[in-house]
Order: sequence, then structure tokens, then C-alpha cells
Amino acid sequence: MFGEVVAVAGVDLEILQGEFFSLLGPSGCGKTTCLRMIAGFEEPTAGRILLLGQDVSRLPAYERDVNTVFQDYALFPHMTVAANVEYGLKVKRIRVQERRRRVREALRMMRLERLERRKPGELSGGQRQRVALARALVNQPRVLLLDEPLGALDLKLRQQMQIELKSIQERMGMTFIYVTHDQEEALTMSDRLAVLNQGRVEQVGSPAEVYERPATSFVAGFVGASNVLAGDAARAVTGQAAAFTVRPEKIRLARLEEITGADEWTATGTVREVVYVGAFTRYIVDLDGGGELVVLQQNLAMSSMQVLKTRGTAIRLIWNKEHNRLLAEPAEPKGTEEEVDR
Amino acid sequence: MSRTSRTIEPRSVRVAMRIVSGLVLLFLYVPLFVIFIYVFNPLRSQSWPLTGLSTRWFYATWNNSEVRTAFVTSIKAGVGATTIALVLGSLAAFAVHRFRFFGREAVSFFLVLPLALPGIVTGMALNSAINIGGQLFGISFSLLTIIVGHATFCVVVVYNNVIARLRRTSASLVEASQDLGADGLQTFRYVILPNIATALMAGGLLAFALSFDEIVVTNFTAGAEITLPKWIFNNLRLPNQRPVVNVVAMVVVLASFIPVYFAQRLTREGGGLISRGEEYWEAPPGEAEAAAVSA
Repeated sequence: MFGEVVAVAGVDLEILQGEFFSLLGPSGCGKTTCLRMIAGFEEPTAGRILLLGQDVSRLPAYERDVNTVFQDYALFPHMTVAANVEYGLKVKRIRVQERRRRVREALRMMRLERLERRKPGELSGGQRQRVALARALVNQPRVLLLDEPLGALDLKLRQQMQIELKSIQERMGMTFIYVTHDQEEALTMSDRLAVLNQGRVEQVGSPAEVYERPATSFVAGFVGASNVLAGDAARAVTGQAAAFTVRPEKIRLARLEEITGADEWTATGTVREVVYVGAFTRYIVDLDGGGELVVLQQNLAMSSMQVLKTRGTAIRLIWNKEHNRLLAEPAEPKGTEEEVDR
Repeated sequence: MSRTSRTIEPRSVRVAMRIVSGLVLLFLYVPLFVIFIYVFNPLRSQSWPLTGLSTRWFYATWNNSEVRTAFVTSIKAGVGATTIALVLGSLAAFAVHRFRFFGREAVSFFLVLPLALPGIVTGMALNSAINIGGQLFGISFSLLTIIVGHATFCVVVVYNNVIARLRRTSASLVEASQDLGADGLQTFRYVILPNIATALMAGGLLAFALSFDEIVVTNFTAGAEITLPKWIFNNLRLPNQRPVVNVVAMVVVLASFIPVYFAQRLTREGGGLISRGEEYWEAPPGEAEAAAVSA
């Protein structure tokens, strides 16, 4: 499928038991390929996949104790909801009574009892999503793989499902590996996440670590807004050419003549763009020393009219020095081993 | 799916299109209709207007042993060719759909080609092949050679139907089945087969219909065997047999029409067994799913 191109080059991950772990990255970064290798749909040309210390790299998908929630749900269209959920237990020849009990339990957990006789074609997007989850969870796998499962849902439903997924994972104590390109989703739900770019891991850490201390300029740009200053633009602020990033919500807009403290960095510039987003406003400021910074301000006392008037005015930006993050360039990958431990 | 409400064309264009469609349908079906009328002609000679209506030629046909033998031969040939087509056509479709191999496109092309190839060429080729086979292995013209001859174009019909269905079935269904612990055989039995069942039925029915009224290839491969279309062809010139020929013709038309009708119905979208493309992912209206989630 990928021909000669290496889809995933340096992915060396250790995922802990009972962890909600996200693979975050833009499309084409290799996150889905990683997931498909763990599930057994694709065979890695090099490296290993360990599940509970056991090498499963060469096992076919149906012999691995992992289950997948597919992006398009992949529900069997000719089976009812109940038959879909029962499928995994049926092919593993679990006894009928046991099967019935577990199916009923899974349906109840996902609040699908009323719909058990429906066919997937008669369900809404959100309902299909819950059937796909029930169908995977009923098998009580060691690891549940989720491939952008909320991508097809609208915003409100997506936010509800984020909370629901997280609570299911905590309740069942199951390891979830979650693939997404949505940084908010990854930050909301994960215990830890890995940011992937062009088949390489850029950074692994807790949501707070990745957000507050991005290791590379890619991570800084992909997780949150891209506020990276480098070279002369960086020197104009800090006196050093080393690239740094600062989160848009940490920056304060001030009048030009305002005096700054010793523990603060400051820069002057012109407001180029003002985007009013209701609860807050996004300002894009061209700096006098070169480069641009995005600033987020809550609309505490300003109306939309007042906010929009700031376009084109000269302004001073101030932020605390502790919010500056120096960026390292992406490190070379250490190996090509991929581990799923529990 | 109400497309009738779209009124992009002006009224005059719509009326004109209806008239043209009607004329085309008339052109196609009036000749058949004429035969259906002559079937009830009480006289042996054909002339307008009919002097009355009678079913006597139905009895005559039923009691005609030649016709009955030909009918049985046609059924046997159709069933035989359809069976071969179902096995070979679906296996070929699975192989071409599932695997990428050298010459895959060529295989697909050569499988479909017999449908377009003039029947007379296929017939000639089969005829000389059977002759050579007769010299080398003692093969003779028989029902079996008719079946093989018909299978050449019946395989195409099954193959086309099955591969179209396989292409429309989401690839992730197979992966989902494996993911849930089903091996290849279980996946085939529980997921693939139910999804292609109606396509197999439709392909089989169409293949049977094709075989049942085939004459060109049959003429070259049948030897002394007489199928229904062949009987018609042989007796068409005999004025005495004309009324019986009419009845047989009607039987052939019906025997083709019924399978084609059901094949059409089976391949129509929304049978519940098929993955329905984008339509399948559309949320049905009126389901308060948000309420269910937050309940």
C-alpha cells in the first residue's frame, strides 16, 4: 500500500497497563499505520510489537487479544445490533448462556437495549458509534484500539462521547490506544500521548507536559497555536537566537508605554488581525523585531465593537519569562521498536 | 429518495422525453406482444383480425413430445451452465478482488471478453475445439458440450455481479471480523457470504436466462441435441408448426423475463443485506440520539 515509502520509522513506545494513550498527529504521520500494526492488519518490516511481554508481531489479527473500534465503525450491515455485539463471542465459541449475559451487559453499558433488534442502517451516527464500542468491549480485550472514532460525529456529540469514553476506560481499567488528529481530543482524554510527525515520535508525555513544554517546534505548532519565534525575531525579544515558543493565552496585551518587570519578556508590534470568537478574541500581532505572535484574550469587559477597533493599532505584548519554552530540534530516532506493554 | 420533485427541465422537454421513451418501449415490446396475441389464434394460419380466441395450441404444445424433450434439454443446459458459472465466476471474483497479482487486470479483461465476443466466433471456436477433442479424447457433441459452451458467457455475468458487490462491501468489514477473532473460514461464512448472497442469486438468475434462450453458440456445440430456441429455429419455416412455435416462443420469453425481473430486484439497493454506500452512513431522521447519550 505504501510502496517503498517507510510509513513509520522511529516509533519506540511503551504503553502502560490501564493507560489511556493517544497517538496524535496530522494525517499521513503514521499514527493509523501504528494502530493497524498493533491490531495485526499490517506487518512491520522491522521491529517488534510486544503485548504483555509476548512478541505478537507475527500473529494474525484474530489471534491477538486486542480489539479495534474502526473509523467507519465497520458494523456488519446484515446483522442486528445484538448480533453485531455477539459476533466476537460467537466465533470464539463461548457458551450460549455466557454469551447472552455478556451481550446484555455490554448493551446496557452503552445504553443500546432499546435498539438491539435494529440493523446498523437504521441507526444514527452516534448510535453506530456506541454499537462499535459495545462490539469491541464485550470481548474484554487487553487493549482497545480506537481509530479516530469520533471523527464522524458533530461537535456536541463528540464532546459527550469524549467524557463517556474516558469514564468507560477508567471504570473497566482497560488500556486504550487512541488515534486522533484533534489535539483537543487528545489533551482532554489521555493519560499520556505521543505526538507523531512523518512516521517519527516527536514527544511523549502527559497532556500538560506536551502542552506546556513542547519539545520541538512541530509539537509547539501542532498542539495549540503556532507561536514560534526563531533567529533574529527571537533575538529581538530575548537577546538570543535560540528558537522559543510561548502559548497565546499566556501573553497579555498592554499599552505601548506600560513598564515591564524584570521577570517578564516584552515585544512591541502592530495588530494585524482580530478574530472575535465570542468568549475570547484571537489577535495576530506583527512584531517590530520580526515574526508574529498569536494572542488570546478573554473578553472580560470589551464588546465586539471595541475589540475590532484594535486592528491596526500599535501595541505592547507582555508575558512572564517562565512561559517561554526553548525548543530543541527533533531528535534522531533511537530504534524501530514498538512496544505495547500492560 | 424523491427525485420527482426536481424540475430543472422546462415542461416541453419533459413531455418530449416521455414521448420518445414511450416510442422506444413500444418499438421493443410490440413485436413480442404480437406473438402473445397469435398464441390465442384458433386457426393454423396467421391473419388479421383473429377470428376468435382459443387455448387449443397450448394443449397441442404440451402434447408435442419434441417440444417437451427440447424444454427439458434447455432446463438441463441452463442449470448446468449456471452451476459452473456460479462456482467459477464467484471464485474468480474473489481472487481478482482480494489479491494483487501479475496479470490481474488481464485476467479480469479476459473473463469479461466472452460477453462481447460475437457468439458465432465463440461457437466456431468451440465447434472446432470439440472436433479436435473428439479425435484426441473421444469427446462427442452432447448436452455436456452445450453446458460448457453456455458457461463461457454465463461465468461473466456471475463474475460481474459478485465483483461489483465485493467492491461495494466495505473492506473494513473483513478486518472487523478478523479483529473480533474470526478466522478466514468464519469470516467467509458469517460476513462475506451473507453480503454477496443476493449478488450470487442475481448473477445465477441472469446466467440462466442467458443460457435458456441462447441459439448461436448452441447451434455449434449441440450436435444432435435440440434445445428450445433451436427447436423454434428449425420449425419456424414450417407453416404447420407456426402456432406451436408461437406458444414455445412465449414460454421462452417468460422463462427469460421472470429471472431477469428477480435479478433486478435483488441487486437493487436497500435490500438490507448490502452495504449501501454513503446512504448507509446517513443518519436516519428523527432519532433523538443526544437524549439517549445524556440519559
